[in-house]
Amino acid sequence: MKYLCLVYLEEKKLDALAKDEIEALVAEALAYDDAMRRSGHYVCSEALESVEAATTVRVRNGRVSVTDGPFAETKEQLGGFILIEARDLNEAIQVASRIPPGRLGCIEVRPVADLTRPDLTRA
Amino acid sequence: MGESDESGEPGGSAEVGEMRETVDAVYRSESRRVLATLIRLLGDFDLAEEALHDAFAAALTQWPREGAPANPRAWLVSAGRFRAIDRVRRRARFDASLEKLAARLDAGAPDPDAAEPDEAGGVEDDRLRLIFTCCHPALRADAQIALTLRTVCGLTTEEIARAFLTHAPTIAQRIVRAKAKIRDARIPYEVPTRADLPERLDAVLHVVYLVFNEGYSASSGATLTRHDLSAEAIRLGRLLVELLPDPEALGLLALMLLHESRRAARTSPDGELVLLDDQDRSAWDRAKIDEGLALVERALATRRLGPYSLQAAIAAVHARAGTAAATEWGQIAALYDVLLRADPSPVVELNRAVAIAMRDGPEAGLAIVDGILARGDLGDYALAHSARADLCRRLGRTAEAAASYRKALDLTRQEPQRRFIERRLNEVEKS
Repeated sequence: MKYLCLVYLEEKKLDALAKDEIEALVAEALAYDDAMRRSGHYVCSEALESVEAATTVRVRNGRVSVTDGPFAETKEQLGGFILIEARDLNEAIQVASRIPPGRLGCIEVRPVADLTRPDLTRA
Repeated sequence: MGESDESGEPGGSAEVGEMRETVDAVYRSESRRVLATLIRLLGDFDLAEEALHDAFAAALTQWPREGAPANPRAWLVSAGRFRAIDRVRRRARFDASLEKLAARLDAGAPDPDAAEPDEAGGVEDDRLRLIFTCCHPALRADAQIALTLRTVCGLTTEEIARAFLTHAPTIAQRIVRAKAKIRDARIPYEVPTRADLPERLDAVLHVVYLVFNEGYSASSGATLTRHDLSAEAIRLGRLLVELLPDPEALGLLALMLLHESRRAARTSPDGELVLLDDQDRSAWDRAKIDEGLALVERALATRRLGPYSLQAAIAAVHARAGTAAATEWGQIAALYDVLLRADPSPVVELNRAVAIAMRDGPEAGLAIVDGILARGDLGDYALAHSARADLCRRLGRTAEAAASYRKALDLTRQEPQRRFIERRLNEVEKS
Protein backbone atom coordinates (compact mmCIF):
# COMPACT_ATOMS: atom_id res chain seq x y z
CA MET A 1 0.00 0.00 0.00
CA LYS A 2 1.23 3.51 -0.82
CA TYR A 3 1.51 6.31 1.71
CA LEU A 4 2.36 9.91 0.94
CA CYS A 5 4.61 11.43 3.62
CA LEU A 6 4.14 15.19 3.60
CA VAL A 7 6.96 17.06 5.30
CA TYR A 8 5.77 20.19 7.05
CA LEU A 9 8.20 22.60 8.66
CA GLU A 10 8.59 26.24 9.52
CA GLU A 11 10.43 27.83 6.65
CA LYS A 12 11.69 30.43 9.08
CA LYS A 13 13.47 27.69 11.03
CA LEU A 14 14.98 26.35 7.83
CA ASP A 15 16.15 29.83 6.81
CA ALA A 16 17.80 30.28 10.17
CA LEU A 17 20.09 27.28 9.61
CA ALA A 18 23.74 27.88 8.74
CA LYS A 19 24.96 26.86 5.28
CA ASP A 20 26.83 23.78 6.52
CA GLU A 21 23.79 22.71 8.57
CA ILE A 22 21.61 22.87 5.43
CA GLU A 23 24.18 20.91 3.45
CA ALA A 24 24.34 18.25 6.14
CA LEU A 25 20.54 17.99 6.21
CA VAL A 26 20.32 17.67 2.41
CA ALA A 27 23.04 15.00 2.39
CA GLU A 28 21.23 13.13 5.12
CA ALA A 29 17.91 13.36 3.27
CA LEU A 30 19.45 12.05 0.05
CA ALA A 31 21.13 9.23 1.97
CA TYR A 32 17.78 8.31 3.49
CA ASP A 33 16.22 8.22 -0.01
CA ASP A 34 18.89 5.65 -0.91
CA ALA A 35 18.22 3.68 2.26
CA MET A 36 14.51 3.58 1.39
CA ARG A 37 15.34 2.45 -2.15
CA ARG A 38 17.37 -0.43 -0.74
CA SER A 39 14.63 -1.45 1.69
CA GLY A 40 12.00 -1.30 -1.06
CA HIS A 41 9.96 1.50 0.52
CA TYR A 42 10.87 4.28 -1.91
CA VAL A 43 8.56 5.32 -4.73
CA CYS A 44 9.50 8.97 -5.35
CA SER A 45 10.25 12.16 -3.48
CA GLU A 46 10.75 15.85 -4.09
CA ALA A 47 11.65 18.89 -2.04
CA LEU A 48 9.62 22.05 -2.67
CA GLU A 49 10.64 25.65 -3.15
CA SER A 50 9.48 28.09 -0.49
CA VAL A 51 5.79 29.05 -0.26
CA GLU A 52 7.03 32.48 -1.38
CA ALA A 53 7.23 30.89 -4.84
CA ALA A 54 3.75 29.39 -4.62
CA THR A 55 0.81 30.41 -6.73
CA THR A 56 -2.77 29.44 -5.99
CA VAL A 57 -5.10 28.77 -8.89
CA ARG A 58 -8.86 28.64 -8.51
CA VAL A 59 -11.54 28.02 -11.09
CA ARG A 60 -14.98 29.37 -10.26
CA ASN A 61 -17.86 29.50 -12.71
CA GLY A 62 -15.43 28.73 -15.49
CA ARG A 63 -13.19 31.69 -14.62
CA VAL A 64 -9.64 31.23 -13.53
CA SER A 65 -8.35 33.34 -10.68
CA VAL A 66 -4.67 33.38 -9.80
CA THR A 67 -3.33 34.63 -6.48
CA ASP A 68 0.05 34.82 -4.87
CA GLY A 69 1.13 32.43 -2.14
CA PRO A 70 -0.46 29.46 -0.45
CA PHE A 71 -4.22 29.49 0.04
CA ALA A 72 -3.95 29.50 3.81
CA GLU A 73 -1.49 31.03 6.24
CA THR A 74 -0.16 28.29 8.51
CA LYS A 75 2.63 28.10 11.02
CA GLU A 76 4.28 25.22 9.18
CA GLN A 77 4.55 24.94 5.42
CA LEU A 78 4.71 21.96 3.09
CA GLY A 79 8.39 21.58 2.33
CA GLY A 80 8.46 18.35 0.38
CA PHE A 81 6.99 14.92 0.00
CA ILE A 82 8.02 11.29 -0.17
CA LEU A 83 5.79 8.64 -1.64
CA ILE A 84 6.50 5.30 0.00
CA GLU A 85 5.33 1.73 -0.26
CA ALA A 86 4.61 0.10 3.11
CA ARG A 87 2.84 -3.01 4.35
CA ASP A 88 0.60 -1.08 6.75
CA LEU A 89 0.37 2.11 8.79
CA ASN A 90 2.79 0.88 11.45
CA GLU A 91 5.48 0.27 8.86
CA ALA A 92 4.71 3.63 7.23
CA ILE A 93 5.06 5.36 10.61
CA GLN A 94 8.43 3.68 11.13
CA VAL A 95 9.68 4.83 7.73
CA ALA A 96 8.26 8.34 8.21
CA SER A 97 9.74 8.73 11.67
CA ARG A 98 13.24 8.54 10.17
CA ILE A 99 12.78 11.23 7.48
CA PRO A 100 15.58 13.70 8.37
CA PRO A 101 13.82 17.09 7.85
CA GLY A 102 10.93 15.74 9.93
CA ARG A 103 13.01 16.64 12.96
CA LEU A 104 12.41 20.32 12.15
CA GLY A 105 8.65 19.96 11.84
CA CYS A 106 6.29 17.06 11.33
CA ILE A 107 5.34 14.42 8.81
CA GLU A 108 1.75 13.90 7.77
CA VAL A 109 1.27 10.30 6.63
CA ARG A 110 -1.60 9.95 4.18
CA PRO A 111 -2.70 6.63 2.74
CA VAL A 112 -3.09 6.78 -1.01
CA ALA A 113 -6.69 5.96 -1.87
CA ASP A 114 -7.34 2.77 -3.78
CA LEU A 115 -10.37 3.61 -5.88
CA THR A 116 -10.80 -0.01 -6.97
CA ARG A 117 -10.96 -1.49 -3.48
CA PRO A 118 -14.11 -3.54 -2.87
CA ASP A 119 -16.51 -2.25 -0.27
CA LEU A 120 -17.26 -5.18 2.00
CA THR A 121 -20.07 -3.52 3.88
CA ARG A 122 -22.14 -2.81 0.84
CA ALA A 123 -25.14 -5.13 0.84
CA MET B 1 -28.49 -12.11 18.66
CA GLY B 2 -31.75 -13.72 19.55
CA GLU B 3 -33.92 -13.51 16.47
CA SER B 4 -33.86 -17.06 15.17
CA ASP B 5 -36.40 -19.04 17.08
CA GLU B 6 -37.61 -21.22 14.26
CA SER B 7 -36.32 -24.54 15.55
CA GLY B 8 -39.91 -25.67 14.96
CA GLU B 9 -39.95 -28.62 17.28
CA PRO B 10 -43.16 -28.68 19.27
CA GLY B 11 -42.87 -29.85 22.83
CA GLY B 12 -39.16 -29.15 23.07
CA SER B 13 -39.61 -25.64 24.39
CA ALA B 14 -38.05 -26.36 27.77
CA GLU B 15 -34.95 -27.74 26.12
CA VAL B 16 -34.93 -24.88 23.64
CA GLY B 17 -35.12 -22.46 26.54
CA GLU B 18 -32.31 -24.27 28.28
CA MET B 19 -30.21 -24.21 25.13
CA ARG B 20 -30.92 -20.52 24.73
CA GLU B 21 -29.49 -20.02 28.20
CA THR B 22 -26.43 -22.01 27.20
CA VAL B 23 -25.99 -19.90 24.08
CA ASP B 24 -26.44 -16.72 26.11
CA ALA B 25 -23.82 -17.87 28.60
CA VAL B 26 -21.41 -18.72 25.78
CA TYR B 27 -22.14 -15.30 24.28
CA ARG B 28 -21.20 -13.58 27.52
CA SER B 29 -18.00 -15.55 28.04
CA GLU B 30 -16.79 -16.08 24.47
CA SER B 31 -18.22 -13.47 22.11
CA ARG B 32 -15.31 -11.02 22.50
CA ARG B 33 -12.75 -13.76 21.89
CA VAL B 34 -14.66 -15.02 18.87
CA LEU B 35 -14.94 -11.48 17.51
CA ALA B 36 -11.21 -10.85 17.98
CA THR B 37 -10.35 -14.00 16.04
CA LEU B 38 -12.92 -13.29 13.31
CA ILE B 39 -11.44 -9.81 12.79
CA ARG B 40 -8.05 -11.41 12.20
CA LEU B 41 -9.42 -14.08 9.88
CA LEU B 42 -11.66 -11.74 7.89
CA GLY B 43 -9.54 -8.62 8.06
CA ASP B 44 -12.55 -6.36 8.51
CA PHE B 45 -14.32 -5.15 11.65
CA ASP B 46 -17.81 -4.84 10.18
CA LEU B 47 -17.69 -8.13 8.36
CA ALA B 48 -16.48 -9.79 11.57
CA GLU B 49 -19.34 -8.28 13.58
CA GLU B 50 -21.87 -9.54 11.07
CA ALA B 51 -20.17 -12.93 11.14
CA LEU B 52 -20.32 -13.00 14.94
CA HIS B 53 -24.02 -12.25 14.82
CA ASP B 54 -24.57 -14.93 12.17
CA ALA B 55 -22.58 -17.49 14.15
CA PHE B 56 -24.70 -17.03 17.28
CA ALA B 57 -27.91 -17.04 15.24
CA ALA B 58 -26.75 -20.36 13.76
CA ALA B 59 -25.95 -21.69 17.23
CA LEU B 60 -29.50 -20.90 18.35
CA THR B 61 -30.98 -23.03 15.58
CA GLN B 62 -28.38 -25.79 15.37
CA TRP B 63 -27.40 -26.46 18.98
CA PRO B 64 -30.92 -27.43 20.15
CA ARG B 65 -31.07 -29.94 17.27
CA GLU B 66 -27.53 -31.28 17.39
CA GLY B 67 -26.46 -30.53 20.93
CA ALA B 68 -23.87 -27.96 21.99
CA PRO B 69 -20.43 -28.56 20.47
CA ALA B 70 -17.53 -29.69 22.64
CA ASN B 71 -15.59 -26.56 21.79
CA PRO B 72 -18.15 -23.76 21.34
CA ARG B 73 -15.56 -21.10 20.57
CA ALA B 74 -14.01 -23.03 17.69
CA TRP B 75 -17.48 -23.89 16.42
CA LEU B 76 -18.52 -20.23 16.46
CA VAL B 77 -15.32 -19.03 14.77
CA SER B 78 -15.70 -21.57 12.04
CA ALA B 79 -19.44 -20.92 11.61
CA GLY B 80 -18.85 -17.17 11.54
CA ARG B 81 -16.05 -17.44 9.02
CA PHE B 82 -18.06 -19.74 6.81
CA ARG B 83 -21.03 -17.39 6.80
CA ALA B 84 -18.86 -14.34 6.14
CA ILE B 85 -17.41 -16.05 3.08
CA ASP B 86 -20.97 -16.78 2.04
CA ARG B 87 -21.92 -13.14 2.41
CA VAL B 88 -18.93 -11.94 0.43
CA ARG B 89 -19.70 -14.52 -2.29
CA ARG B 90 -23.28 -13.29 -2.55
CA ARG B 91 -22.09 -9.70 -2.81
CA ALA B 92 -19.48 -10.74 -5.37
CA ARG B 93 -22.30 -11.58 -7.75
CA PHE B 94 -22.96 -7.84 -7.99
CA ASP B 95 -19.37 -6.73 -7.64
CA ALA B 96 -16.71 -8.66 -9.51
CA SER B 97 -13.91 -7.06 -7.50
CA LEU B 98 -15.03 -9.08 -4.47
CA GLU B 99 -14.43 -12.38 -6.25
CA LYS B 100 -10.72 -12.40 -5.43
CA LEU B 101 -11.42 -11.54 -1.83
CA ALA B 102 -13.95 -14.35 -1.50
CA ALA B 103 -11.46 -16.80 -2.96
CA ARG B 104 -8.78 -15.62 -0.57
CA LEU B 105 -11.07 -15.93 2.46
CA ASP B 106 -12.07 -19.36 1.23
CA ALA B 107 -8.46 -20.44 1.05
CA GLY B 108 -8.21 -19.63 4.73
CA ALA B 109 -5.67 -16.85 4.31
CA PRO B 110 -7.37 -13.71 5.59
CA ASP B 111 -4.65 -11.43 4.32
CA PRO B 112 -1.61 -12.48 2.37
CA ASP B 113 0.53 -10.29 4.64
CA ALA B 114 -0.95 -11.38 7.94
CA ALA B 115 0.91 -13.88 10.03
CA GLU B 116 -0.67 -16.98 11.56
CA PRO B 117 -3.33 -18.10 9.15
CA ASP B 118 -4.26 -21.01 11.41
CA GLU B 119 -7.31 -20.63 13.60
CA ALA B 120 -5.84 -22.37 16.60
CA GLY B 121 -2.92 -19.94 16.72
CA GLY B 122 -3.21 -17.66 19.69
CA VAL B 123 -6.78 -16.75 20.58
CA GLU B 124 -5.36 -14.73 23.45
CA ASP B 125 -3.06 -12.97 21.00
CA ASP B 126 -6.14 -12.02 19.03
CA ARG B 127 -7.61 -10.22 22.02
CA LEU B 128 -4.33 -8.41 22.55
CA ARG B 129 -4.23 -7.49 18.85
CA LEU B 130 -7.75 -6.13 19.17
CA ILE B 131 -6.82 -3.95 22.16
CA PHE B 132 -3.75 -2.55 20.45
CA THR B 133 -5.69 -1.84 17.27
CA CYS B 134 -8.53 -0.11 19.12
CA CYS B 135 -6.04 1.99 21.11
CA HIS B 136 -3.85 2.87 18.14
CA PRO B 137 -2.50 6.41 18.59
CA ALA B 138 -3.46 7.21 14.98
CA LEU B 139 -7.10 7.15 16.15
CA ARG B 140 -8.61 10.08 18.00
CA ALA B 141 -8.54 9.67 21.78
CA ASP B 142 -12.34 9.66 22.15
CA ALA B 143 -12.60 7.18 19.29
CA GLN B 144 -10.06 4.87 20.95
CA ILE B 145 -12.19 4.82 24.08
CA ALA B 146 -15.48 4.25 22.25
CA LEU B 147 -14.05 1.54 20.01
CA THR B 148 -12.40 -0.27 22.93
CA LEU B 149 -15.59 -0.27 24.99
CA ARG B 150 -17.62 -1.41 21.99
CA THR B 151 -15.44 -4.18 20.59
CA VAL B 152 -13.25 -5.33 23.48
CA CYS B 153 -15.81 -4.95 26.28
CA GLY B 154 -18.90 -5.51 24.16
CA LEU B 155 -20.82 -2.48 25.49
CA THR B 156 -23.55 -1.16 23.22
CA THR B 157 -23.28 2.34 21.78
CA GLU B 158 -26.23 3.33 23.99
CA GLU B 159 -24.38 2.16 27.11
CA ILE B 160 -21.23 4.03 26.11
CA ALA B 161 -23.24 7.18 25.36
CA ARG B 162 -24.97 7.02 28.74
CA ALA B 163 -21.67 6.59 30.55
CA PHE B 164 -20.11 9.56 28.78
CA LEU B 165 -23.26 11.67 29.05
CA THR B 166 -23.56 12.03 25.31
CA HIS B 167 -25.84 10.79 22.54
CA ALA B 168 -25.70 7.34 20.99
CA PRO B 169 -25.42 8.69 17.41
CA THR B 170 -22.31 10.66 18.46
CA ILE B 171 -20.68 7.51 19.81
CA ALA B 172 -21.82 5.49 16.80
CA GLN B 173 -20.27 8.04 14.47
CA ARG B 174 -16.97 7.98 16.36
CA ILE B 175 -16.87 4.21 16.02
CA VAL B 176 -17.76 4.28 12.33
CA ARG B 177 -15.01 6.83 11.64
CA ALA B 178 -12.47 4.86 13.65
CA LYS B 179 -13.26 1.67 11.77
CA ALA B 180 -13.01 3.55 8.47
CA LYS B 181 -9.58 4.84 9.43
CA ILE B 182 -8.41 1.39 10.48
CA ARG B 183 -9.46 0.13 7.05
CA ASP B 184 -8.36 3.08 4.88
CA ALA B 185 -5.02 3.83 6.54
CA ARG B 186 -4.51 0.09 7.02
CA ILE B 187 -3.86 0.07 10.75
CA PRO B 188 -2.57 -3.48 11.22
CA TYR B 189 -4.15 -6.06 13.46
CA GLU B 190 -1.06 -6.90 15.45
CA VAL B 191 0.71 -6.66 18.75
CA PRO B 192 3.40 -4.01 18.30
CA THR B 193 7.03 -5.01 17.85
CA ARG B 194 9.23 -5.02 20.91
CA ALA B 195 10.73 -1.66 19.94
CA ASP B 196 7.32 0.03 19.77
CA LEU B 197 5.74 -1.84 22.65
CA PRO B 198 6.48 0.50 25.59
CA GLU B 199 5.01 3.52 23.85
CA ARG B 200 2.05 1.64 22.44
CA LEU B 201 1.31 -0.01 25.77
CA ASP B 202 1.32 3.46 27.33
CA ALA B 203 -1.43 4.46 24.91
CA VAL B 204 -3.47 1.38 25.87
CA LEU B 205 -3.00 1.96 29.60
CA HIS B 206 -3.97 5.59 29.13
CA VAL B 207 -7.27 4.60 27.50
CA VAL B 208 -8.03 2.20 30.34
CA TYR B 209 -7.14 4.88 32.91
CA LEU B 210 -9.36 7.47 31.19
CA VAL B 211 -12.26 5.03 31.22
CA PHE B 212 -11.68 4.36 34.90
CA ASN B 213 -11.46 8.04 35.83
CA GLU B 214 -14.58 8.85 33.90
CA GLY B 215 -16.36 6.34 36.08
CA TYR B 216 -14.61 7.29 39.29
CA SER B 217 -14.27 11.05 39.52
CA ALA B 218 -17.83 11.92 38.63
CA SER B 219 -20.45 10.96 41.18
CA SER B 220 -23.99 12.40 41.61
CA GLY B 221 -26.73 11.88 39.08
CA ALA B 222 -25.60 9.07 36.87
CA THR B 223 -23.66 7.33 39.65
CA LEU B 224 -24.71 3.85 38.69
CA THR B 225 -23.73 3.76 35.03
CA ARG B 226 -20.53 5.58 35.89
CA HIS B 227 -19.66 2.87 38.34
CA ASP B 228 -20.09 0.36 35.52
CA LEU B 229 -17.47 2.26 33.60
CA SER B 230 -14.94 1.80 36.41
CA ALA B 231 -15.84 -1.87 36.53
CA GLU B 232 -15.20 -2.16 32.78
CA ALA B 233 -11.84 -0.41 33.18
CA ILE B 234 -10.87 -2.88 35.90
CA ARG B 235 -11.98 -5.75 33.68
CA LEU B 236 -9.77 -4.38 30.90
CA GLY B 237 -6.93 -3.98 33.39
CA ARG B 238 -7.27 -7.62 34.44
CA LEU B 239 -7.29 -8.71 30.81
CA LEU B 240 -4.11 -6.76 30.12
CA VAL B 241 -2.37 -8.20 33.17
CA GLU B 242 -3.39 -11.68 32.06
CA LEU B 243 -2.20 -11.15 28.48
CA LEU B 244 0.82 -8.92 29.02
CA PRO B 245 2.01 -8.72 32.63
CA ASP B 246 4.11 -5.60 32.16
CA PRO B 247 4.98 -3.76 35.43
CA GLU B 248 2.93 -0.73 34.43
CA ALA B 249 -0.08 -2.89 33.54
CA LEU B 250 0.19 -4.42 37.02
CA GLY B 251 0.57 -0.94 38.48
CA LEU B 252 -2.47 0.44 36.69
CA LEU B 253 -4.69 -2.46 37.76
CA ALA B 254 -3.45 -2.07 41.34
CA LEU B 255 -4.11 1.67 41.24
CA MET B 256 -7.65 1.18 39.96
CA LEU B 257 -8.44 -1.51 42.53
CA LEU B 258 -7.09 0.54 45.43
CA HIS B 259 -9.08 3.60 44.39
CA GLU B 260 -12.17 1.52 43.72
CA SER B 261 -11.86 -0.08 47.17
CA ARG B 262 -12.79 3.28 48.72
CA ARG B 263 -15.84 3.91 46.56
CA ALA B 264 -18.43 3.22 49.26
CA ALA B 265 -16.58 5.39 51.78
CA ARG B 266 -15.93 8.41 49.62
CA THR B 267 -19.52 9.59 49.47
CA SER B 268 -21.79 10.07 52.48
CA PRO B 269 -25.34 8.62 52.44
CA ASP B 270 -26.66 12.01 51.28
CA GLY B 271 -24.22 12.07 48.36
CA GLU B 272 -21.60 14.39 49.83
CA LEU B 273 -17.89 13.97 49.10
CA VAL B 274 -15.89 12.51 51.99
CA LEU B 275 -12.15 13.20 51.99
CA LEU B 276 -9.67 10.37 52.54
CA ASP B 277 -8.89 11.52 56.09
CA ASP B 278 -12.55 11.47 57.11
CA GLN B 279 -13.53 8.21 55.44
CA ASP B 280 -14.89 5.29 57.42
CA ARG B 281 -12.10 2.82 56.71
CA SER B 282 -14.20 -0.14 57.74
CA ALA B 283 -16.28 0.56 54.62
CA TRP B 284 -13.25 0.02 52.39
CA ASP B 285 -13.43 -3.10 50.23
CA ARG B 286 -10.88 -5.46 51.79
CA ALA B 287 -10.85 -7.92 48.88
CA LYS B 288 -9.98 -5.18 46.39
CA ILE B 289 -7.31 -3.80 48.74
CA ASP B 290 -5.69 -7.22 49.18
CA GLU B 291 -5.67 -7.81 45.44
CA GLY B 292 -4.33 -4.30 44.84
CA LEU B 293 -1.57 -4.64 47.44
CA ALA B 294 -0.42 -7.96 45.99
CA LEU B 295 -0.26 -6.40 42.51
CA VAL B 296 1.74 -3.43 43.84
CA GLU B 297 4.24 -5.89 45.34
CA ARG B 298 4.54 -7.67 41.98
CA ALA B 299 5.01 -4.37 40.13
CA LEU B 300 7.60 -3.07 42.59
CA ALA B 301 9.50 -6.37 42.51
CA THR B 302 10.24 -5.81 38.81
CA ARG B 303 12.29 -2.75 39.81
CA ARG B 304 10.96 -0.93 36.76
CA LEU B 305 8.96 1.81 38.35
CA GLY B 306 6.63 3.77 36.11
CA PRO B 307 4.00 6.39 36.92
CA TYR B 308 1.15 3.90 37.41
CA SER B 309 3.15 1.63 39.73
CA LEU B 310 4.27 4.63 41.77
CA GLN B 311 0.76 6.03 42.10
CA ALA B 312 -0.40 2.56 43.07
CA ALA B 313 2.37 2.37 45.67
CA ILE B 314 1.14 5.68 47.11
CA ALA B 315 -2.44 4.42 47.19
CA ALA B 316 -1.12 1.28 48.90
CA VAL B 317 0.39 3.31 51.76
CA HIS B 318 -3.04 4.86 52.36
CA ALA B 319 -4.69 1.44 52.12
CA ARG B 320 -2.34 -0.01 54.75
CA ALA B 321 -3.04 2.75 57.28
CA GLY B 322 -5.66 1.61 59.79
CA THR B 323 -6.53 5.22 60.62
CA ALA B 324 -5.85 8.53 58.89
CA ALA B 325 -3.51 9.47 61.73
CA ALA B 326 -1.48 6.31 61.21
CA THR B 327 -0.70 7.22 57.57
CA GLU B 328 3.02 7.07 56.83
CA TRP B 329 3.33 10.48 55.19
CA GLY B 330 7.12 10.20 55.06
CA GLN B 331 6.80 7.21 52.73
CA ILE B 332 4.19 8.97 50.63
CA ALA B 333 6.31 12.10 50.26
CA ALA B 334 9.31 9.95 49.24
CA LEU B 335 7.21 8.13 46.62
CA TYR B 336 6.04 11.49 45.25
CA ASP B 337 9.70 12.52 44.91
CA VAL B 338 10.29 9.49 42.69
CA LEU B 339 7.02 10.03 40.81
CA LEU B 340 7.94 13.64 40.12
CA ARG B 341 11.18 12.47 38.50
CA ALA B 342 9.44 9.72 36.49
CA ASP B 343 6.49 11.83 35.38
CA PRO B 344 7.02 15.52 36.09
CA SER B 345 3.82 17.56 36.15
CA PRO B 346 2.40 20.42 38.23
CA VAL B 347 -0.40 18.17 39.51
CA VAL B 348 2.13 15.66 40.87
CA GLU B 349 4.02 18.59 42.43
CA LEU B 350 0.81 19.73 44.10
CA ASN B 351 0.13 16.27 45.54
CA ARG B 352 3.72 16.09 46.74
CA ALA B 353 3.24 19.45 48.47
CA VAL B 354 0.21 18.11 50.30
CA ALA B 355 2.17 15.04 51.46
CA ILE B 356 5.06 17.23 52.62
CA ALA B 357 2.60 19.42 54.53
CA MET B 358 1.42 16.30 56.35
CA ARG B 359 4.99 15.21 57.07
CA ASP B 360 6.67 18.57 57.88
CA GLY B 361 3.73 20.84 58.69
CA PRO B 362 1.44 23.11 56.61
CA GLU B 363 4.03 25.89 56.27
CA ALA B 364 6.38 23.67 54.21
CA GLY B 365 3.53 22.56 51.95
CA LEU B 366 2.21 26.07 51.46
CA ALA B 367 5.61 27.33 50.31
CA ILE B 368 5.62 24.70 47.54
CA VAL B 369 2.02 25.38 46.49
CA ASP B 370 2.68 29.12 46.34
CA GLY B 371 5.79 28.41 44.26
CA ILE B 372 3.73 26.44 41.73
CA LEU B 373 1.06 29.15 41.51
CA ALA B 374 3.64 31.96 41.31
CA ARG B 375 5.19 30.17 38.33
CA GLY B 376 1.82 30.48 36.59
CA ASP B 377 0.94 26.76 36.74
CA LEU B 378 -2.40 25.34 37.97
CA GLY B 379 -3.97 28.82 38.23
CA ASP B 380 -7.21 27.43 36.78
CA TYR B 381 -7.10 24.15 38.67
CA ALA B 382 -9.73 24.18 41.44
CA LEU B 383 -7.92 21.60 43.56
CA ALA B 384 -4.76 23.73 43.70
CA HIS B 385 -6.70 26.59 45.27
CA SER B 386 -8.65 24.37 47.65
CA ALA B 387 -5.37 22.72 48.73
CA ARG B 388 -3.86 26.14 49.34
CA ALA B 389 -6.99 27.20 51.25
CA ASP B 390 -6.77 24.11 53.41
CA LEU B 391 -3.13 24.78 54.31
CA CYS B 392 -3.92 28.43 55.16
CA ARG B 393 -6.84 27.28 57.29
CA ARG B 394 -4.58 24.95 59.23
CA LEU B 395 -2.14 27.83 59.77
CA GLY B 396 -4.98 30.02 61.10
CA ARG B 397 -4.72 32.41 58.14
CA THR B 398 -8.50 32.45 57.69
CA ALA B 399 -8.83 35.47 55.37
CA GLU B 400 -6.37 33.93 52.90
CA ALA B 401 -8.07 30.57 53.27
CA ALA B 402 -11.47 32.10 52.46
CA ALA B 403 -10.08 33.87 49.39
CA SER B 404 -8.57 30.64 48.05
CA TYR B 405 -11.75 28.65 48.73
CA ARG B 406 -13.65 31.27 46.74
CA LYS B 407 -11.23 30.91 43.81
CA ALA B 408 -11.64 27.13 43.95
CA LEU B 409 -15.41 27.56 44.02
CA ASP B 410 -15.27 29.66 40.83
CA LEU B 411 -13.28 27.01 39.05
CA THR B 412 -14.89 23.71 40.06
CA ARG B 413 -17.28 21.99 37.71
CA GLN B 414 -18.11 19.01 39.86
CA GLU B 415 -21.24 19.32 41.95
CA PRO B 416 -20.11 17.33 45.02
CA GLN B 417 -16.78 19.14 45.00
CA ARG B 418 -18.58 22.49 44.83
CA ARG B 419 -20.75 21.64 47.84
CA PHE B 420 -17.69 20.44 49.75
CA ILE B 421 -15.74 23.64 49.13
CA GLU B 422 -18.82 25.70 50.05
CA ARG B 423 -19.04 23.90 53.40
CA ARG B 424 -15.37 24.56 54.09
CA LEU B 425 -15.75 28.21 53.10
CA ASN B 426 -18.68 28.61 55.51
CA GLU B 427 -16.65 27.07 58.34
CA VAL B 428 -13.71 29.39 57.70
CA GLU B 429 -15.93 32.47 57.45
CA LYS B 430 -17.64 31.63 60.75
CA SER B 431 -14.38 31.26 62.66
